[in-house]
Amino acid sequence: MSRANLLDRRRVVSALLADRKEAVVVGGLGASTYDIAAAGDHARNFYLWGAMGGAVMIGLGLALAQPQLPVVVITGDGEMLMGMGSLATVGLQKPANLSIIVLDNECYGETGGQMSHTAASADLVGIARACGIPDTRAISTLDEVAAFAKTLQDVGAGPRFASVKIDSATLERVLSSRDGNFILNRLRGDLGLNPM
Amino acid sequence: MHARADTAAEQSASWPDEIFAVLQRFDVRQVPYVPDAGHSRLIERVLASPAMRGIALTTEEEGVALLVGAFAGGQRGVLLMQSSGVGNCVNMLSLTQVFRFPFLTLVTMRGEWGEFNPWQVPMGSSTQAAFELCGVKVLRASHPAEVREVVEAAAGQAYNACTPTAVLLSQRLIGTKVFIK
Repeated sequence: MSRANLLDRRRVVSALLADRKEAVVVGGLGASTYDIAAAGDHARNFYLWGAMGGAVMIGLGLALAQPQLPVVVITGDGEMLMGMGSLATVGLQKPANLSIIVLDNECYGETGGQMSHTAASADLVGIARACGIPDTRAISTLDEVAAFAKTLQDVGAGPRFASVKIDSATLERVLSSRDGNFILNRLRGDLGLNPM
Repeated sequence: MHARADTAAEQSASWPDEIFAVLQRFDVRQVPYVPDAGHSRLIERVLASPAMRGIALTTEEEGVALLVGAFAGGQRGVLLMQSSGVGNCVNMLSLTQVFRFPFLTLVTMRGEWGEFNPWQVPMGSSTQAAFELCGVKVLRASHPAEVREVVEAAAGQAYNACTPTAVLLSQRLIGTKVFIK
């Protein structure tokens, strides 16, 4: 299903990552991981193919370990809803280098498009704000995406949270590696960390 | 979260300090936790330490995911929780096999050794089996004198051999929670 005036998820993610520099990017399982892969494979892409609800916490662990690096979590509304408590944990820790972007198509696209809570009642931006995340935005235009993309590089002003309402069209899957050891060790190697 | 009536013995127990010293020696930096009375002394030590970051969670599975990120970024961590939280972690424990990262958790036991509250018994009874089904090795400490060496062995195999490991700290060790009206 496709609705007018909603953003194309691939264009949103491409715009977010076009000038990513040193950023580490965590992708929540499902379409978010495909979107990040579609924007271009990268040693600092951390793709998830499971662990639903865990994307923000993986980003938090990374952000605390590497406070000088921008850490960007890109995930979907269903994945975010499952890990909503992690927004409270981020609000408490306030990692200034962590940014969270929810690609909100208001449905579970990977499983047949069943409606999610954000379609009717749940307001993820309000939840993030109420959890103590200082910079929260509801984004609906590519200009706003571009403006937000610039802020990702500021590792002193986060954490920040944005929800981008996107078109719910199902796009061709762009498959990243799904080998956890490869993904983890490639990232660690790029950060200059030694293998065991 | 589950305040026990402090006894003189509990207040003077040195094993939480011995655990803290082991964690220091292994350069543990991130310590996610869901509070438990049995971990209260250790949590205090962690929160007072400039080298460690205590990270309060809303649910235990957050801690499993956090430790993946910590290791990806070059830091070691340990997850502190109570036995009832182990069930909350089950799907997230997949990460220990997918990423083969160093996973260590220290679990204070409820639901055994004179337990008063029947609601603690089911999860307490299946804690060890749940870990083992998920591929996590289980060690147990039941007496103060063995805590240091059990935690040291667990940290060694977790951090040096990437063997996901849980240490169960027995209710016998911690002291049975006393409910006073």
